[in-house]
Amino acid sequence: MDLKGQVHKFGDDVNTDYIISGRHKFKTLDMKELAKYVMEDLDPEFYSKVKAGDFIVAGSNFGCGSSREQAPLAIINANISAVVAKSFARIFYRNCINTGLPLIECDTEQIDEGDELEVDLQKGVLYNRSKGIEIAITPLPDVMLKILSDGGLVEHFKKYGTFNFD
Amino acid sequence: MGKTIAEKILSTKSGRDVKANDIVVAELDFIMGQDGTSPLAIQAFQEMQARRVFDPARIAMVIDHSAPSPLEGVSELHRQMRSFAGEQGICFYDIGDGVCHQLLPEQGHVVPGDLVIGADSHTCTYGAINVFSTGVGSTDLAAGLISGKLWFKVPETFKFVLNGQLPAGVYSKDLILHLIGDLTADGATYMAAEYAGEAISGLSVEARFTISNMAIEMGAKAGLMEADQKTLDWVKEHSTKSFTPVKADADAVYARVKEYDVSRLEPQVARPHTVDNVAPIGEVAGTPIQQGVIGTCTNGRMEDLRIAASILKGRKVKSRLIVAPSSRQVMLQATREGLIEIFLESGAAVVTPGCGPCVGTHNGVPSDGENVISTANRNFKGRMGNNRAFIYLGSPATVAASVIRGEISDPREYLR
Repeated sequence: MDLKGQVHKFGDDVNTDYIISGRHKFKTLDMKELAKYVMEDLDPEFYSKVKAGDFIVAGSNFGCGSSREQAPLAIINANISAVVAKSFARIFYRNCINTGLPLIECDTEQIDEGDELEVDLQKGVLYNRSKGIEIAITPLPDVMLKILSDGGLVEHFKKYGTFNFD
Repeated sequence: MGKTIAEKILSTKSGRDVKANDIVVAELDFIMGQDGTSPLAIQAFQEMQARRVFDPARIAMVIDHSAPSPLEGVSELHRQMRSFAGEQGICFYDIGDGVCHQLLPEQGHVVPGDLVIGADSHTCTYGAINVFSTGVGSTDLAAGLISGKLWFKVPETFKFVLNGQLPAGVYSKDLILHLIGDLTADGATYMAAEYAGEAISGLSVEARFTISNMAIEMGAKAGLMEADQKTLDWVKEHSTKSFTPVKADADAVYARVKEYDVSRLEPQVARPHTVDNVAPIGEVAGTPIQQGVIGTCTNGRMEDLRIAASILKGRKVKSRLIVAPSSRQVMLQATREGLIEIFLESGAAVVTPGCGPCVGTHNGVPSDGENVISTANRNFKGRMGNNRAFIYLGSPATVAASVIRGEISDPREYLR
């Protein structure tokens, strides 16, 4: 799978309250509606700036804080193709794999706002086309690859009725 | 080679001899969802084409984050939870019953040695009574409801050895804020925290919950303590379940060990807008405060209310004060002891037991430019519903002292 798009850059410790605020997420299960408020507290214009396929790029500990699964779902529904960060918080990491939002863990020092990225998930390489460089991606653990290849945890359970990693 | 508490509990529950970084599928003793996460889990449960939960006696759903409902959209989600819980026969706590993290231990659902998941990041709270408990999202919750299992990466453990005794006017909240300030928001990511030492032994079980509750604020997956006599007495008072406490081996392997001497610690305050932006009280004293909050899963227990009431007794607040007891039981006990009267007389608004204004859904959204001091566990920008407000975090004593003066104040001045 090839992903292509432009970079929207954020810093370290972007928490799930910033991704989707509590004042919105308790109201509805309509994720298209929630997507309008994604990243609102960091950048009120964010939703209107995003073009389909764009990337969120950040520093370390992306997705820390609350366990809300509305965070990856709002990002998916804002048409972001993947989140690229130096590291991810644990619950968010699991929630992304379960809901099918690709996560790319790599060094993000040489990625800036507006850069054009291309990602080859099979090869595990990220290309920064604006800077003409290649950045290696940390591979996902096998368990997570299995869930992703089944199409997320809902599909995994539909197929097996329980966890099946054999 | 010896094992940590996390390695032992995950070995027992997976039926395998596992160590840090192994991946296991383990049996869950208890599962919890709240009103911010359960509706999505119920949707996933249906999409997974499941009909019945694995065991209704080992599941609780709690309406606490937005309770009573402030909006019709929320009311509809609450209705879905009531309906699902009713059909499945699972334990249900409705508006006014309390915060999930108070209810699970208080109502005896979780006991030492258990493996527990909750669709709320502060599920790590029960580590204070020797439970490996951790937060998950809604789809993991749904998988747990169906199978009674979840997959885990066995975490490495970060051991905190806390020496000395906390001085007067300094509490477990100050201690955990100090640790988070020292280690930062990702200082223990993917790890289990194990808290040990005489400072922990010296604390009540209620005070220990505050420390385990905030393990997630440094990225930890669990915030574990061994069960001592205080733990055993507390658990037996609250639960009729049988249990086997789990101790770490003397030769357990830790990813990191850090020692602290707490005997000279001062009251600590987390400044806007991150929990790890911590300063001793002297650096922030005098900051004007428009609203105080006492409550939440971090600091809404009896001991917290008693400390706050001892400072507020016979005094009037200058800032607005909102008090949210952590459960119906706590509010009843606080009423019997006359604490609710003290709060009301001081000028506080006492609200429904539950999450209170912590997560910006209801019960006291600050206005633009206002400063709030709260006993909660998060001060992210916008957390309380307004991204132009500023949130400081401190102990119940610090909040009580600050609302009396209308500015951040050292509680030790009220204890002389």
